[in-house]
Amino acid sequence: MRQPLRIVIAEDSVLLREGVVQLLRRFGHEVPAAVGDGPSLLAAAREHRPDLAVVDVRMPPDHTDEGLRAARVLQAEQPDLALLVLSQYVEQTFAEELLAARDSRAGTGYLLKERIGDVEEFTDAVARVAAGATVVDPEVVRQLLAGKGPLERLTPREREVLGLMAEGRSNAAVARRLVVTEAAVAKHIAGILLKLDLPPEAPDDNRRVLAVLTYLRG
Amino acid sequence: MLEALAHGPLRYPLTAWPWRAAGFLLAGGVFAAAVYVGVGALLTAPFGPVTGAVCAALVVVFAAALAGPLEWWRLRLVDHDLARPRPNRWTHGYGIVSVLAVGWADLAVVLVALGIPGLLLLSPFQPTAAAWQTVAGPVAGALLLPVAAYPIGAWAGVRGVVARAVLAPGDRELHEVERSRARLVDAFDSERRRIERDLHDGAQQRLVALNVKLGLASLDLAALGLPQGNVAVREVGEAHALAKEALAELRELIRGVHPQVLSERGLHAAVRDVAGRSTVPAELDLDLPGRLPAAVEATAYFVVSECLANVARHSGATHCRIRARVHARVLRLEVEDDGTGGAEPARGSGLTGLADRIAAADGRMLLSSPQGGPTLLRAEIPCGNPSGS
Repeated sequence: MRQPLRIVIAEDSVLLREGVVQLLRRFGHEVPAAVGDGPSLLAAAREHRPDLAVVDVRMPPDHTDEGLRAARVLQAEQPDLALLVLSQYVEQTFAEELLAARDSRAGTGYLLKERIGDVEEFTDAVARVAAGATVVDPEVVRQLLAGKGPLERLTPREREVLGLMAEGRSNAAVARRLVVTEAAVAKHIAGILLKLDLPPEAPDDNRRVLAVLTYLRG
Repeated sequence: MLEALAHGPLRYPLTAWPWRAAGFLLAGGVFAAAVYVGVGALLTAPFGPVTGAVCAALVVVFAAALAGPLEWWRLRLVDHDLARPRPNRWTHGYGIVSVLAVGWADLAVVLVALGIPGLLLLSPFQPTAAAWQTVAGPVAGALLLPVAAYPIGAWAGVRGVVARAVLAPGDRELHEVERSRARLVDAFDSERRRIERDLHDGAQQRLVALNVKLGLASLDLAALGLPQGNVAVREVGEAHALAKEALAELRELIRGVHPQVLSERGLHAAVRDVAGRSTVPAELDLDLPGRLPAAVEATAYFVVSECLANVARHSGATHCRIRARVHARVLRLEVEDDGTGGAEPARGSGLTGLADRIAAADGRMLLSSPQGGPTLLRAEIPCGNPSGS
């Protein structure tokens, strides 16, 4: 069992909200508040001071991007609050806005809602974001990786590794995913950074992910 | 003219319309009166009936030649929407009838409408006027003067409507067709947005919740420690996989109906995102002044995504370029690829649909695609004033 977290949830669909609450409690986390719109999220976050907020992008009253806007307010108010933003669609534009506004101390995640169904992956992402990592949905990474010139210099295996890196995975996780040794992953990563002219291996995963994302959207 | 009269009857005397109406009527009336007086004078002049008649005929011919242009000119006083004069075969005939035959009536309306308050105003100068009349007359005249604006406006309005019906019969309908086409495009777009919202709030939310439930069920099953290859575990796993596929399909479908990033972040962001998903690398060169009208953004987005789909499917290109500029209130959008060319609207491939969609937004599509390539598609969509930023 991982370290239990205090998590506030903002999601307007009651069905889904209950599902997520149930799921997180199952994994030992505490959910002091689950709300259905932006203003209630702000109130709940101020009251409960959670470790992490799980936020739906589109909520009442406007049904546009109030979740994202509330998330930005929270980023400013509580710089150490980790944020996991969920959406039924992901676009690199929204991902960039979210990551651009983030404080380097707090973890940030941006995932498709349908990833919640992959229960273990989802709770893993929750834990990583709470620990300060950046997690970006594979769908966004796929968009970012699609058809960029210099990426053609990478081998298929290196592209795979880059994709997993951009999702915020550690070397160990990448190695498990690709069923190779960690040393092999480290070698691939060195090759990628070299080919993309990125600064060599930063100490933590987080800065590395950001470097990759910055490069990709550049 | 009549619209101004009908929509703001109380404000009407304060607008420019009564003056325009009076100008319209006087222009015709005075011209007609001058011709009548001239012809009458010439016919009774002391230089012989033949010379007089010839001179009078010359005046009538000259006046008839001027009547057409005069009618156009004065019609524009009371009809704002009138396009640039395009004289047709009716112009002269109608002008002669309207000015020379009905012009006296125009003059009569103005004289009667202004005459009564005019006489009242002048009553103090009448030698027979009683003392009370010298006071009450001007007061009543001053009160009646604005009232004169109404018969003048009404008569000028009616004359204007008849003149437009004869001189520019097609204009109104053209206008109406354009407007209804624009309404259709708007309705189409808002309908797409509504469908997107409904799917998002309905089916998609439920599927996501189902997906979570199935995930939880898998967890529960795993906790039971059932043997490998258990039927229930397999069935739930398959159901979960199907739900995930359905979600992915629904997500793509909704994006195709109306991408949310388009309504919330505008054309620039939406084009960037769709280009990011393109299998053929796309280079962007977009210079857009903030947000454009929603219908223009929707059409332009449709053009870009349709073009990128065509590039990926038919062109064999390895690279393409999307360029967008707004110049003189026209959005010019270009998609160019380095493929094999030979794209023909006649052969299907969605190009006719694309052209229709652009035409419905009052724009036009130009295509250059020689055999061997490259292919360049340009869409020009008028967009009024860019709003916001």
